[in-house]
Amino acid sequence: MAYSEKVIDHYNNPRNVGQMDKSSTEVGTGLVGAPECGDVMRLQIKVNPETQVIEEAKFKTFGCGSAIASSSLATEWVKGKTVEEALTIKNTDIVKELALPPVKIHCSVLAEDAIRAAIGDWKKKNGVAETAAHASAVAAN
Amino acid sequence: MSTAVTDSIALPAGVHLPIYMDNHATSPMDPRVLEAMLPFFTAKFGNAASRNHSFGWEAEQAVEAAREQIAKLIGATAKEIIFTSGATESNNLAIKGIAEMYRERGNHIITQVTEHKAVLDTCKRLEKYGYRVTYLPVKADGLIDIEDLKRAMDDKTILVTIMAANNEIGVIQPLAEIGKLCHQRNIIFHTDGVQAIGKIPIDVQAMNIDVLSLTAHKLYGPKGAGALYVRRRNPRVQIAAQMDGGGHERGMRSGTLNVPGIVGLGKACEIAGQEMAAETERLTRLRDKLKTKLENVLDYVHVNGSMEHRLPGNLNMSFVYVEGESLLMGINDIAVSSGSACTSATLEPSYVLKALGLGDDVAHSSIRFGLGRFNSEAEVDYVADKVIDVVQKLRELSPLYEMVKEGIDITKIEWQAH
Repeated sequence: MAYSEKVIDHYNNPRNVGQMDKSSTEVGTGLVGAPECGDVMRLQIKVNPETQVIEEAKFKTFGCGSAIASSSLATEWVKGKTVEEALTIKNTDIVKELALPPVKIHCSVLAEDAIRAAIGDWKKKNGVAETAAHASAVAAN
Repeated sequence: MSTAVTDSIALPAGVHLPIYMDNHATSPMDPRVLEAMLPFFTAKFGNAASRNHSFGWEAEQAVEAAREQIAKLIGATAKEIIFTSGATESNNLAIKGIAEMYRERGNHIITQVTEHKAVLDTCKRLEKYGYRVTYLPVKADGLIDIEDLKRAMDDKTILVTIMAANNEIGVIQPLAEIGKLCHQRNIIFHTDGVQAIGKIPIDVQAMNIDVLSLTAHKLYGPKGAGALYVRRRNPRVQIAAQMDGGGHERGMRSGTLNVPGIVGLGKACEIAGQEMAAETERLTRLRDKLKTKLENVLDYVHVNGSMEHRLPGNLNMSFVYVEGESLLMGINDIAVSSGSACTSATLEPSYVLKALGLGDDVAHSSIRFGLGRFNSEAEVDYVADKVIDVVQKLRELSPLYEMVKEGIDITKIEWQAH
């Protein structure tokens, strides 16, 4: 498998590795994938309650290089965006940025799922109504 | 703290990158083998089937010498060796050829689930043609249960095909026991000897093996040269040819012989016979050193398959909570293989590892180290250090490892399969 330079860069220097306090109301946690499938991503966001801007993002991923790169990139992209802006990130954007081959597209889908799951968790904690976009993504799972 | 995955590990003197440690896939050719082959590409180019001139005689003589060398390694006679293009052809010829020849005696074949695809898919094809195939399970250590084999045999069983040693986990099946059972019941015993030949002692007489497949490139010979041992006495085994043509190789395999390849195969067998004892000792020591180094530093590692009944150069280990392909990416200056789905074309994890009863998650985490004649101790030291370094870094990235360390039972989590 030949990897793109961007995948290799994220693999070698993963951004925003770590974890935040799951119990904090400002933190939303998304845990997606399954060990049997060979990839599990945990993506966390910390949201400013006033501005709804994602100020911090952390991830940990069990998976192939493309899965690690997809989640690493996702943390970079959500940072500084509002929750609603972050929901517009599409897996196809990740595929394009990382030049993922067709067999690795599921890694990007999982990263998009992780963003949505983290935002969903934050919204649930904070009593924010689910957006239509999120509801449809869940249905697609 | 840096989280970079591929920090450099000091390279010991005399070690050159990349390191090849995937000798179950193929092996580098021994220079002595190449030397033996070279004249047969140019000056000695004759067709071994040319009966009327010295060019042909010279080639034929070389082929017959190779037949002797191969026969000697497995306790056979030269006339019992049939040359093929490799083990896939040998396995196809053996299984299909026996099925066709003994159709009137019965239609039942017994094999086992961790065979190579060249055996499994051949058996599957025969099922389409009305043959009945029993696929024996293996125990957690990768060995078949002889009692299962006994129970599977019936009066329609014509063939038992069980590999000598497995290509992924290196586990050696109880050949002598299987052979004895087959001969008591008048059933032909074929074994795919690809990984075992030249690595462990195989004696077709003592083990009652009737038909055996082998190939040169797994034992430091050239690619494209294989052979099939076919027993001529007690009992005489007959095989229906699967290719029509000039009737070469006692009518069992038509086609002009690959003389340089055959010379190489013969030489490779000769060297293997001479050096097997010393090589076994050396590779066992190196393999055990690698295993010990990895186990001493890393937690949650385990060996897949029996350590006791195993090829000297094989180590198949799972580094749980690290995905195999990401591990390969981190050790990209070392050539090894993984049972991870991500490294296979089908996106399915290794069926061999699953047959041992391992969960998909453990199969995804497996690495096969295949040590061979040309690996040095310094290479083993480097590989161990590098694997430890990368596994530790990937575990810092692994949410599963973190959860397990925090005491969370991850089997209780409702994962969403995707």
